[in-house]
Amino acid sequence: MELFKEKAEIVDALEMRRMITRLAHEIVERNKGTSELVLVGIRRRGVPLARRIQDRIREFEQAEVPLGMLDITLYRDDLKTISTQPVVGSTEIPFEIDDKVVVLVDDVLYTGRTVRAAMDEIVDFGRPRAIHLAVLIDRGHRELPIRADYVGKNVPTSRREIVAVRVEEIDGRDGVAIGEGPE
Amino acid sequence: MRTRKDLLGLEDLTREEILEVLDTAESMLEILERPIKKVPTLRGITVANLFFEPSTRTRVSFELAEKRLSADSVNFQSTGSSVSKGETLKDTARNIEAMRVDMVVIRHGSAGAPHFLGRNLQAGVINAGDGAHEHPTQGLLDLFTVRRHLGRVEGLRVALLGDIAHSRVARSNLWGLRKLGASVVVCGPATLLPAEVERLGVEVAPTVEEAVDGADVVNVLRLQLERQTSSLIPSIREYARLFGLTRERLALAKPTALVMHPGPMNRGVEIAHDVADGTRSVILDQVTNGVAVRMAVLYLLLAEKRSEAGTALERTA
Repeated sequence: MELFKEKAEIVDALEMRRMITRLAHEIVERNKGTSELVLVGIRRRGVPLARRIQDRIREFEQAEVPLGMLDITLYRDDLKTISTQPVVGSTEIPFEIDDKVVVLVDDVLYTGRTVRAAMDEIVDFGRPRAIHLAVLIDRGHRELPIRADYVGKNVPTSRREIVAVRVEEIDGRDGVAIGEGPE
Repeated sequence: MRTRKDLLGLEDLTREEILEVLDTAESMLEILERPIKKVPTLRGITVANLFFEPSTRTRVSFELAEKRLSADSVNFQSTGSSVSKGETLKDTARNIEAMRVDMVVIRHGSAGAPHFLGRNLQAGVINAGDGAHEHPTQGLLDLFTVRRHLGRVEGLRVALLGDIAHSRVARSNLWGLRKLGASVVVCGPATLLPAEVERLGVEVAPTVEEAVDGADVVNVLRLQLERQTSSLIPSIREYARLFGLTRERLALAKPTALVMHPGPMNRGVEIAHDVADGTRSVILDQVTNGVAVRMAVLYLLLAEKRSEAGTALERTA
């Protein structure tokens, strides 16, 4: 993300907040409540996004949805890039997922390979009734038959472009920017 | 660690490399708590476990670590193999490599055997104990166990008791503890201390009481009765009386002190029953942690190789 030339900010902090609120409402509406829901953020930026969805649901439903986090490093199909990731992060799913609806949360849906890895990891923890996928940005270019159930915003991109989701907790500010990658 | 082909000893590792292994092992430990204790990370990788000396714990620990990461493993034992038919170490290893093995885990009675293999094989080599030289994964799991229980290694006072001279566990511990900033005090019969042991940067205590006094960790080494040690001590009973870790002696250590032992224990010799089973004993945690630490080592040495072998795909987003 450091190596990219920003072209434009396509989502600002306020709009991002609204998108997350809408995602939270859609998740609760589609599941007719929160009793069977669990949220699992995919490291790194999926985790703060999942936490915010959890906060919103708490505000408008007065319900506590369990929150877990997933590090998919050990499930990747492209470990060659591992040298950019200093340490295998920890996966924390401190609750039962059997017969629950697991909502995976990530920042950007692109090739679908991260989601494939995340689903493989989830099923090692149990047998959820369903796995749903919530993403802030869907930028297209899928390489696997995967789609999102809840989308903040569809952003048509070329493969050369980079979509950078920034979150306060990691990047110091909220927003989504689009830019040109290296090469 | 990622740039290395082999793990031969803690003497070669930097402080940062040791910490990288310990941090990675934390994540591996979580996998061992899952309902399905297996991740697909090293699929397609083959590991050969070459044990030229008898071992149960270390061999099983490596085998489990390999299986938890989805590597395929094969075991070679010296008894009943081609080694007993006169084959040289180099030929044995070359034959194994010809079977397209990616990593060799070796335990050997001669110091330097893993280094020799490392120089002669394209495959990676992990030292699982070479003579009286090093046992790096045991050193790493001891450091990991200390850090998990006490939160740090730096600044701690660690007592190593017993047969320091013949102990590869002691040597790997010494290097690791010094690199992470712990102070080490050793104590054992003069015949079982290496000459000029002080030059390794450790304190030598004349009695167990002085060694244990104020210690944060007491690591009791195994009296290796199967080696030549029996002629170096007057009797096992005298050893137990003078150097065994008893409840009374442990009371001199800090109240939070950990009791460790690399196993297998000679109960009633180097460690009393009630100490081995006592509340300060983390001996079984060491065994659990051993699997996680070996997973971390295999992962860090092999992750890059795995991606070369598999279909290298563009980075996911």
